[in-house]
Amino acid sequence: MSDSAPAPAAPSAPAPTAADEHGRPPFGRAILDAVLEGNSVVVTILAIVTAIVLGGLLIAFTNSTVLHAWGNLFSSPGNAIAQAWDAASGAYVAIFEGAIFNPHTVAALFQQKSMSVALHDGTVSAVFNPLSETAVNATPLILAGLSVAVAFRAGLFNIGGQSQFIGGAMVATWLGFGVSLPPVIHVIVCVLGGFAGGAAMGMLVGLLKARTGAHEVIVTIMANYVMAYLLSYLLSKPSLLEKPGANGNLISPNIASDAHLPLLAGTHLRINAGFLLALACAAGVWWLMSRSTLGFEFRTVGANPNAARSAGMSVPRTWILVMLIAGGLAGLAASTVIQGTDFSLNFQSYGTYGIDAITVALLGRARPGGVVLAALLYGALHAGAPLMQASTQTPVDIVQVIQALIVMFVAAPPLIRALYRLRAARAGGTGQVLSKGWNA
Amino acid sequence: MNLELQGITKRFGSLVANDHIDLSVTPGTIHALLGENGAGKTTLMNILYGLTQPDEGTILADGKPLTIHSPKDAIAAGIGMVHQHFMLVPVFTVAENVTLGDEETRALGLLDRRRMRRKVRELSERYGLRVDPDALTGDLPVGVQQRVEILKALVRDAQVLILDEPTAVLTPGETEDLFRIMRELRASGRAIVFISHKLKEVQAIADTITILRRGRVVGERPRHTSEDELAALMVGRSVQLRVAKTAAKPGRVMLDVRDLVVPGGHEGLPGAEHTAAVNGLSFRVRAGEILGVAGVQGNGQTELCEALMGLLPVTSGSVHLNDHDITNAAPAMRLRSGIGYIPEDRQQDGLVGSFPVSENLILDTYNRPPFASGPALNLGEIRATAERRVKEFDIRTQSISAPVETLSGGNQQKVILAREVGREVRLLLASQPTRGLDVGSIEFVHRRIIEERDKGVAVVLVSSELDEIYALSDRIAVMYEGRFTGFRPPDVPVEELGLLMAGIGGIGTPGDGAADSSERTPPGDSANAGPGSLEQPDSPERTSPGAVQPDGPGPPEQAPPGATGPPEPAEPAGSTERAGSTGAAGSDGDDPTVTVGKPT
Repeated sequence: MSDSAPAPAAPSAPAPTAADEHGRPPFGRAILDAVLEGNSVVVTILAIVTAIVLGGLLIAFTNSTVLHAWGNLFSSPGNAIAQAWDAASGAYVAIFEGAIFNPHTVAALFQQKSMSVALHDGTVSAVFNPLSETAVNATPLILAGLSVAVAFRAGLFNIGGQSQFIGGAMVATWLGFGVSLPPVIHVIVCVLGGFAGGAAMGMLVGLLKARTGAHEVIVTIMANYVMAYLLSYLLSKPSLLEKPGANGNLISPNIASDAHLPLLAGTHLRINAGFLLALACAAGVWWLMSRSTLGFEFRTVGANPNAARSAGMSVPRTWILVMLIAGGLAGLAASTVIQGTDFSLNFQSYGTYGIDAITVALLGRARPGGVVLAALLYGALHAGAPLMQASTQTPVDIVQVIQALIVMFVAAPPLIRALYRLRAARAGGTGQVLSKGWNA
Repeated sequence: MNLELQGITKRFGSLVANDHIDLSVTPGTIHALLGENGAGKTTLMNILYGLTQPDEGTILADGKPLTIHSPKDAIAAGIGMVHQHFMLVPVFTVAENVTLGDEETRALGLLDRRRMRRKVRELSERYGLRVDPDALTGDLPVGVQQRVEILKALVRDAQVLILDEPTAVLTPGETEDLFRIMRELRASGRAIVFISHKLKEVQAIADTITILRRGRVVGERPRHTSEDELAALMVGRSVQLRVAKTAAKPGRVMLDVRDLVVPGGHEGLPGAEHTAAVNGLSFRVRAGEILGVAGVQGNGQTELCEALMGLLPVTSGSVHLNDHDITNAAPAMRLRSGIGYIPEDRQQDGLVGSFPVSENLILDTYNRPPFASGPALNLGEIRATAERRVKEFDIRTQSISAPVETLSGGNQQKVILAREVGREVRLLLASQPTRGLDVGSIEFVHRRIIEERDKGVAVVLVSSELDEIYALSDRIAVMYEGRFTGFRPPDVPVEELGLLMAGIGGIGTPGDGAADSSERTPPGDSANAGPGSLEQPDSPERTSPGAVQPDGPGPPEQAPPGATGPPEPAEPAGSTERAGSTGAAGSDGDDPTVTVGKPT
């Protein structure tokens, strides 16, 4: 009860150590805790369900047919509800068909004369195309999500996924078209180059934090801008990354086909070795964080930098290493995009990976397994969105809205608990009194 | 108001925090609730203050049933509570804090600051609280902040005042001040419920002592009850309050510190760089002996420990461990060369609360065999070691994978102790090793520290509890303003230690304190503060820093800012302990000051 007496005179330590964090958990850790506090897996799943339901309402009530039907609610209430249901379910069915399984493709399969023809003209592939697309969309999200998750676990908030992605993309692309190497080696060199490019960006952030005490959130946000404009600049210089004859289109030459990540299921499906690389990285991160001494250091620094210092760990060194690894993972995400699907770099190749990575990491509770699952969910939403737009005229942006809703509900567990009348797991009310009176 | 609790029962799940507790609080008395951590004291008081609702039982005020659903009801019924952790707005003045939520207003809802201030001043004077209504609360020392909390209750006309472990955050001097205030409040006819697990304090101040154990009342005793009896009631078995030990057999010099200077002061404060927290310390500790470092907190003990551990940079001087120069070695290096470290703030520096017990047990050996093989953690060995240590050190935990933050303070400390002495250690740095622990745990920790000594480990024990210093030390050093004011044998009279702790008395002259202050007074920064405290002999309490604005530029206020703390509260420090240990607790506090003052 009385052990947490505040020490009146905080010991003074040299500036760029853990002293600036004295008495408080690191920022990244605080954010993670805020999301995980009293937030069970059940709550996470319910948050996803709630977001999908709300998204459905949104789909229904932005649809002009539905709105018209609701205008005549009192003359034909059944029709209004049916229209709303049709709109929402139609959109979700389209997403499902685009992301997981489309019955039409199987029907097409049965119309083929023989299996061998089906194998060759891509009808079989068409059955698996949705799953392949989901995996392809999930691949960079897994890697970028791992990048944010590793940093979270070590108490750092890595908002710089975008800059590290760009760093990795520039190196991987240049190695892809600028040098010629034997087939297998070229792929590996480009992948390693992607890692190195991202790692360099990450390490820069870690170094700045360790040496000068600069906050990683500020540094990474600024790095995002710097790298985005640097990319545009490099893409506008023919001697650097610009594609010959691009006429200011800000696009790089295509990388050599030797540098493409090998396809896994034939030429009709885009799924490639990048997906396996992402899964291997998830396994590697799991081993690193829960089975290695280095991961033990990361976790200790993330949970309590002061105790880490007292236990002989070097907090600044840990920051640098963590950001190096986090940046490298974001760089690998870029490699899988450039070498797996895009084969060239343009001024907006980085898309929204940096931000999506944060939502993936939070939804996945900063655990490698969770990150893979969360990335697959988002990958599926992305994969299904085009079909949804094509077949139901629902704009693809609704997918972004659903993503955002999921994260909002995950970040607001009391809301979900109140909605489903769940008992608070740990936080709040009696729990606090209990811990005050009994766990001191 | 006669307050009566009848059959109060509170369950948290399967845990019975309060089991049919009866308690009766009479006006004009100080009623102590004594019990180990987790005995249910705080829960009971939270019920009385409306923070928790009881499952069974009634509360009677002057015989009439009282329903308390919230602190608001409690305040309306005349019950006030001072929490262990203060609920003050640091950027508000004292007056603003005291009247917060109960503000005086003029027409148009404007705050009537003058009346607020006057009210605070009146109450403060009536009960000798000595608080300046215009001081910024955040600038005040902890002891004064606590008085602001008491004022808050008094402004709302509390007849029953609950103090939850009020002394946990106080220096001995501040504690003595608090006791004086409590006596004045008692004289005014108020009832005080004093929650504590410290036997001495309870004996010194309480009229009636109710002892709780595992949620039940196990006895009610008058104040003149022996410590042994109280401890036995609290723990449920007889406890050795002072662990038996044989004479030390000092071996070779293990730690050799020469002219150590460690910078101190708060970062960013002007002039902070001129204040050395540790100012030229030289001492040696031999294998198999315990050097106790006594002193009022804030005189450089924390910085000394952190410098010895390599957590703070050293300005000058040298540190040798077992004849190796480790002055500039990194913490990891020092751990490897055999320093065991029990930090002062175990939750902040010693443990990772969210980590399981097993991982906390390897927090500083995780990268060495047998816990690591190459880059990988050896989970089997980590678990096996944890199981073993949990048994050996009697760590009460649900399992080795329970987060260490769910353990009680005593068991958390056992985890640190088990970790630090579980490997080959040459030097054990123990800083406040039993702070906040209950009697049973203190006994255990003390016994283990003595065992380590007998194994030939050199021990540096830093403690602001004189009892602990006496119980363990083979030699006692007193630290004051970054220096040792003297080394004494363990049978030194407590009065003499008290004077040394106040910076009075010289290295070679035990006994007569202030006479040779010139010899003791070091040149440089502490020259002002030392004699300064002697020049105001009649009012050491009044000069508690920050409490009262000085009328003129008095020398004591010129004390350097920063970590080398205020010298004034040091004086009652000795007197508290003395009063407590001699049992003459009634009229204590003032006399040693007089003896100090006269020679000047």
